[in-house]
Amino acid sequence: MSWEVLIRWLPSFADAAWLTLQLVGISVIAGLIFAIPLGIARSSRKFSIRALPYAYIFFFRGTPLLVQLFLVYYGLAQFDAVRQSALWPYLRDPYWCAIITMTMHTAAYIAEIIRGAIQNVPPGEIEAARALGMSRSQALWHIILPRAMRIGLPAYSNEVILMLKASALASTITLLELTGMARKIAARTYLHEEMFLTAGLIYLIIAFVLMQGFKLLERWLRVDACQGR
Amino acid sequence: MIPDLHGFGPALVAGTWMTIQLALTSLALGLVLGLLGALAKTSPFAVLRWLGGTYSTIVRGVPELLWVLLIYFGTINLVRWVGGLAGIDNLALSPFTAGTIALGLCFGAYATEVFRGALLAIPTGHREAGLALGLSKHHIFLRLILPQMWRLALPGLGNLFMILMKDTALVSVIGLEEIMRRSQIAVTASKEPFTFYLVAAFIYLCLTVVAMIGMHFLERRAGRGFVRSAA
Repeated sequence: MSWEVLIRWLPSFADAAWLTLQLVGISVIAGLIFAIPLGIARSSRKFSIRALPYAYIFFFRGTPLLVQLFLVYYGLAQFDAVRQSALWPYLRDPYWCAIITMTMHTAAYIAEIIRGAIQNVPPGEIEAARALGMSRSQALWHIILPRAMRIGLPAYSNEVILMLKASALASTITLLELTGMARKIAARTYLHEEMFLTAGLIYLIIAFVLMQGFKLLERWLRVDACQGR
Repeated sequence: MIPDLHGFGPALVAGTWMTIQLALTSLALGLVLGLLGALAKTSPFAVLRWLGGTYSTIVRGVPELLWVLLIYFGTINLVRWVGGLAGIDNLALSPFTAGTIALGLCFGAYATEVFRGALLAIPTGHREAGLALGLSKHHIFLRLILPQMWRLALPGLGNLFMILMKDTALVSVIGLEEIMRRSQIAVTASKEPFTFYLVAAFIYLCLTVVAMIGMHFLERRAGRGFVRSAA
């Protein structure tokens, strides 16, 4: 292993790791915000409300993220209307394309997590809230959602780790995040094993730190104490 | 509504066939690796437990795309050296082999956990019953444990297979001519990226639906004789 070469490229890896963290951070938070109404609508009893989120989730979970990225980054340019619109400076930029696509992709998965969590809120607690005179929306905000959040948190932390790994695909639309940077440096130095292994190690470290963070969050929200039924 | 494919229809069909082949060979490799991983993780030997745990932790912590790249580009020297030992000049992994190894490795790491869960869910009484009947260790595993594990592991494996099928798209990065690669070629010629990537997405959706139906039947067959409890 050639340590000098690796140390020389370490600042580039740090920049790349920062870009990876941005992509993952923004998309999982924006995805969560977008997924909450989607998940609530998905768990509705009325078919007319349930149908659209169902189709959205089916499409985004049934196709590879790579196809979705290419559809947004390369595909949208096919339409003149898009190229002349005010959004074109953003849709032309791989950074924004990656964030938009990853957000829409993860929102579909998070919406399913939220649906599962909402359906697993014990019905007795919702009935109790209604019996105490809370309105439907009050029960949703004060009882169902806080409760569902704690039920869904472990699955959400899994989804964040999956998105960390999915962010590697942003390298296919020319972004120099960890995988992209490793490919670029490997192509320049011919040190394929070393560069890919370094990138892999950084992913492992990030994943480890994220998992510990979620463990702390779970302890702070006292997820364990809520699970007793 | 059938989009104009500019004569690339047969190429896309060939790509779909390549995707199916890749998914099934990776599945076979991944099932073997997963089973070995689960056996290692539940073995009485600490070394094997450590090995199984390290395998599933490390492989699951690194992106699939990085595994594909690492195995295709990162093993060039190693494979050439092995080829030299075997007396073959310029031995190299084909994109298909590299893709199969990478995807099989990732599937196996997740399958390790699924199989381990299934293994632990089988009552110890069954193993003891086998011992009391005088079956050998080998027979107990093959005739008693494995068939029951299949039923318990099937739902988890089904989910993993859906993920595997979508991950096959990553192998297009190293040039295997599957659906994505064929679509890219079609896009270069036709200048209609949205049309062709949408068609690719539709093919993947169809494959997912077929896999879901297949899983439904497999689960029903594996669960015959068992009453499904209502959720």
